[in-house]
Order: sequence, then structure tokens, then C-alpha cells
Amino acid sequence: MKAVLDADEASELLRASIAGELPDERGRFGPFGGRYIPETLVPAFELLERGIREYLPSDEFQQEYRTQLRDWVGRPTALTFAARLSERWGTKVWLKREDLAHTGAHKINNAIGQALLARKLGARRVIAETGAGQHGVASAAACARVGLPCRVYMGVVDMQRQAPNVDRMHRLGAEVFPVESGDKTLRAAIDEALREWVSDPAGIYYLLGSAVGAHPYPYLVRELQSVIGTEARQQMQDLAGGLPDVAFACVGGGSNAIGLFYPLLGDSDIELIGVEAGGTGDGLGQNAATLATGTPGVLQGCYSIILQDEHGNIQETHSISAGLDYSGVGPEHALLQALGRVSYVTASDDEALEALQELCETEGILTALETAHAYAAAKRWSRDNPGKRILIGNSGRGDKDMPTLARYAARTNANAAA
Amino acid sequence: MQPHERIGEAIIAANKDGRTGLVPFITAGYPDPGTFASSLQAIAEVGDVVELGVPFSDPMADGMTIQRSSFAAIENGVTLTWIFDQLDPLQGSIDAPLIMMSYLNPLLAFGYAKLASRARETGVCAFIVPDLPYEESAEISAALDAEGAGLIQLVTPATPADRLKLLASASRGFLYAVTITGITGGSSGLPPDLAGYLDEVSAVSPLPVCAGFGIRTAQDVDSVGKHAAGAIVGSALVEVLERGEDPAAYLRQLR
Repeated sequence: MKAVLDADEASELLRASIAGELPDERGRFGPFGGRYIPETLVPAFELLERGIREYLPSDEFQQEYRTQLRDWVGRPTALTFAARLSERWGTKVWLKREDLAHTGAHKINNAIGQALLARKLGARRVIAETGAGQHGVASAAACARVGLPCRVYMGVVDMQRQAPNVDRMHRLGAEVFPVESGDKTLRAAIDEALREWVSDPAGIYYLLGSAVGAHPYPYLVRELQSVIGTEARQQMQDLAGGLPDVAFACVGGGSNAIGLFYPLLGDSDIELIGVEAGGTGDGLGQNAATLATGTPGVLQGCYSIILQDEHGNIQETHSISAGLDYSGVGPEHALLQALGRVSYVTASDDEALEALQELCETEGILTALETAHAYAAAKRWSRDNPGKRILIGNSGRGDKDMPTLARYAARTNANAAA
Repeated sequence: MQPHERIGEAIIAANKDGRTGLVPFITAGYPDPGTFASSLQAIAEVGDVVELGVPFSDPMADGMTIQRSSFAAIENGVTLTWIFDQLDPLQGSIDAPLIMMSYLNPLLAFGYAKLASRARETGVCAFIVPDLPYEESAEISAALDAEGAGLIQLVTPATPADRLKLLASASRGFLYAVTITGITGGSSGLPPDLAGYLDEVSAVSPLPVCAGFGIRTAQDVDSVGKHAAGAIVGSALVEVLERGEDPAAYLRQLR
């Protein structure tokens, strides 16, 4: 498998990407994507793929999905002009407010869509993985809404740093399964959910939360999250007087970023920038900057860019934000990087904390630590691009991060006192 | 004879002796990299074909035992390169054909062409790749084929009949019949409807069929052996090694 494209291949793939022709019938975004799964799951994936092909575009599904988004999720979410932040940064900053969606993040767009699909496919129960807990909460809520039992796999490290979300999942009727194996974060939770799925492929629907994994998940999640970019594009024209010069989104697995970017790919004047977790430094294991520092490989079902050592073992990651703390990234992002259509940069833990605080103070919005990475990069960009129009995907709210913020504040105070 | 053909031959030879072919699995270099060569030799004395597990950080189709052995082996520096290097000096001293079980990413990182040539040099006749379905396997199959090594296909109780035919004809060495719908190392025993399933797989397969997952006792080997040519013993053997017991003695009482 190769990950380098010549100029002709690249221009054809960019055209195909904008025209909505990707993934191809083999689940490929150019060289990336595909379906690397245990044989036991092959029939389940074929069922899922057939279900998506027949049901997703149908009027029946689209009508039900749109109704749920409007009446239960609370869409369209607002587009907010950040007046005081704009004044500080010297740019015109607009925020796409996914934090205002039900359960507090963009994750619900995908969760309710897949829960409807699970019910249609006749699943007896739903399993999901979660890192920050936002997808777990969204899945728990969506399953309650459609009447399916739900079990969420969550690494014990994440359960500790996102404790409020664990309680919310319980309250919403989901079972939270603590994952003690591997790195005890999102990657281990996905491995464990896959093991459970292998044990009952016919009865389980796996509600995957990001634009990662084996085909058709990266496609399915993108389709369900594209509502973010579709709304934002229209709102920019209606409220901001035109399309943005640049759009920023944070990237872990990449679901909110692909949801914002995908409907903007064809607007070649809009610069698209994904922001990964720079953690505490550039060294292996100090960050989760997959696209910035990774290499091509296969992880958890797809060929993409991953963080690995020379022997192909997956590397552990670090980020202050559980939602970005993942060693892989969606295959469509790997392609968009290879094509140069989206550039991927990093923001450190400290920059994210600072950006989170600045947004609180200037706009009265407590954003998620994941989202704060996008602000940090947008602020940097603003210095060289005064007067430009910026769109930021405000992917989620930061209430869940209060324990982490308190821990970091205590550490900072202790350092200051010493 | 191509290297991958040695595998089926070894299983059939066991059957001609009136035995079920025995395929022991160990995670290479576990529990102690220092005793890998000697324990492999001892196991190969009893096993008809020996399966070596390449440790991987994300063994998504494996239960707790093989996860534990994989993570410990990685901690101890066991890599694909290391395993091949350990096999070099053993050439000529091991009669049983060797096969390797690895998730795809370590093989991808190693490089398919180098993988195939190192396999030929070290007596590795085939590979089992649990996260590589047939549809994604053309590239590695071609590379292995060029050096006479093969890719062993897996079928499961969930595999539909037409797909079973496809996988049976694509497989090399033997056809791996997963006994259960689940991961390795399950404690619930063999399923009650196993005989019918294995008979169906054996009827379709041009190669000997070896059954794996959940086989722990002589009785399990017996009941599998009535409907399949061979039995693969993995997690139970890894647990024997973990407890510091004699793997050859455990395997002998399975035969």
C-alpha cells in the first residue's frame, strides 16, 4: 500500500472528493480507508453497508433524521459573532455553536442518526466507545430516545478525567463498561467494543463515534456530521455577509472537522485548517498529533496515518483533552492532507488552556478542551491575517472538563507558590 | 513442494497415524525471550505444525490471555525482526512447519517483500492475519506467493455458504475454522452444534480443516478431531507457559 500520490492522481482525487464520489466502492479515500476486520464481523459489515445504501438516502430516514435534529437535538445550532474576541485578535471571528446541540457537543448528530439506523436494522442492543465521554453521553441519550439498550466502553483513565460524563451516561440508562486493558483510553475502548461485537455480530449494533474505523463508518459518520458545515456555510452567507476566509476545527478522530470541512471542500478560496493535540511536546508519546507526526498504517479497521513505532506497534498518546487523545485519524483526513486541501497544525496543552480561558472571559462561553485547540491555532493565524473572516467549529461545551481544569489550576497554583 | 504445502502434508500425516493434527500456538518470546528457542523446539517435537504469535499492541480479536502475553512480549522487546533472527540458527533442527499469526500492521511495517523472503529463509510456511479479510489480501498474498508462502484464511460460524466456498478455495496450508462466534480464550467451551458446522466446512474445503478457539482438553481435541483434520490450541497453552509448566507434557496428553 502506498500513501504518496503523483500530481495527476492528486488532482483527480480532489475532483472526486469535492464531487462526493469518495469513498469508492471498496471504501477507499484514494489510498486510505478500506476494511480491515476479523472474518467474524464481515457479515455484520455487509449488513450495515446494505442498510446504509438502502436506508440512509430514503425519504423515510431523511425525514425522521431531520425531525429528530430539529425537535430533539435543537438544530440548526447558532452561528455567533465573537465581537470581543474579534477585537482582541484583529480578525472577524464566527463560531459554529455545536456546544448548543443537545447533550453539549456535535456527537449527538451522529449518535441519533446511527441509533435510528440500528433500530431499522433490527439490532437487539447497541454498544459504543467513548473517550471524552461526549459520544458515550450522546449514544446513551440517542438509545434512550429510540428505545434500545446501550453499553458504553470507556477506558478507566478517561472515566477518571471525565467523571461527570460517566454519571450522565448512567442517568441516561446506559451501562458503562470500564476498560482496563491496553492504554486504558479511547483506543483500548474501541478494541474492547470490537471484541464484544465479535461475540454477537448479529445482535449488536456498534455505534462508532468518530470518522474512523473500517468502511462504511468514516463515510457514515461524515454524512451524519456534514449538517455542521452545511448549516454554517448558509449561516455565514446570511449573517456574516459571505463565506469565511478560513475555517478551523479540532481533530482527534476527526468527526467534527470532517463535518465542518466536507461541505466547504469545493469552495477553493476557503482555507481549511485542522488542529491536533500538541500535548506537552514533539516527542513520541507526548502528544496526539497524528497527521503532523505519524506514518501510514492500519489501525482498528482502516489504512490511515497513525502513531506507531518502527515495528508497527501503536504508540500511546498524550493530550489534556480525552477527545483528542487517539493514535489514529480518519482516512478522509489522511487524504485531504495528502492532497493539500486541508492543512493540519497542532496546539499544545498550555495553549489550549489559555484559549479556553480567553473565550470564557471575552464571550461568556466555556468551550470543551478539545475545541480550545482550534481557538489556539486560530489566534496564531490571526496575527498574520488581520481583518480576515474566521469560522471556528465550536464542537462542544466544557462543563465535562471542570475536574481537569481544577486539577491543572491546582498544579499551576502549586508551581506559582513554589 | 512449495513451503505452504508442507503444512497440509503434516496434518494429513498425523491423520494417517490415526491422530488429529495438533497445532500449538505460542506468543513468541513469552513469557521469557531467553527460553524461546528451547521451548519452541520442545513444542515442535509434539506439534504437527507450530503457530507463532507476533505480539501487537492492539490485538482486537484476542481475549485476555493473548492480550496479556502480547503486551508482556512487547515490553520484553519481542518484534517480528527479533523472531526471525531467533529462527535463523534453528534451521534444520525443527521438523514441524511453522506458521505465523500476526495482525496486519506489524507485517506492513516490516514490508511484504522482506517478509516473504525472511519467511522462506526461516521455515515460516504461512501466515494467519486476523484483521485481514479476503477482500484486502491481494497485495500480501502476491508477495507471499512469490516465495512459496501462503495466507491461511479463516471461516467462522457466521460465514455464509457462498463466502465459505470462496475462502476455502483461497486458503493455503489449511483452512482455519473458528469454532465460536467470539474472541480467543473463551471459557464457555465448544458450542453444541460444532459437529455440523465442521462437517460443512470440511465438505467444502480442498485443504485439511483445522479448528481453533476454545480448545483446551484432550476431550476437546477428540471431539473436534471427529469432524476436522486438526485442532489449534492457543490460549490454554499460553497459560501453561505462564504457570511455568512443561508445554510438551501438556501437549502430549492432548494427543
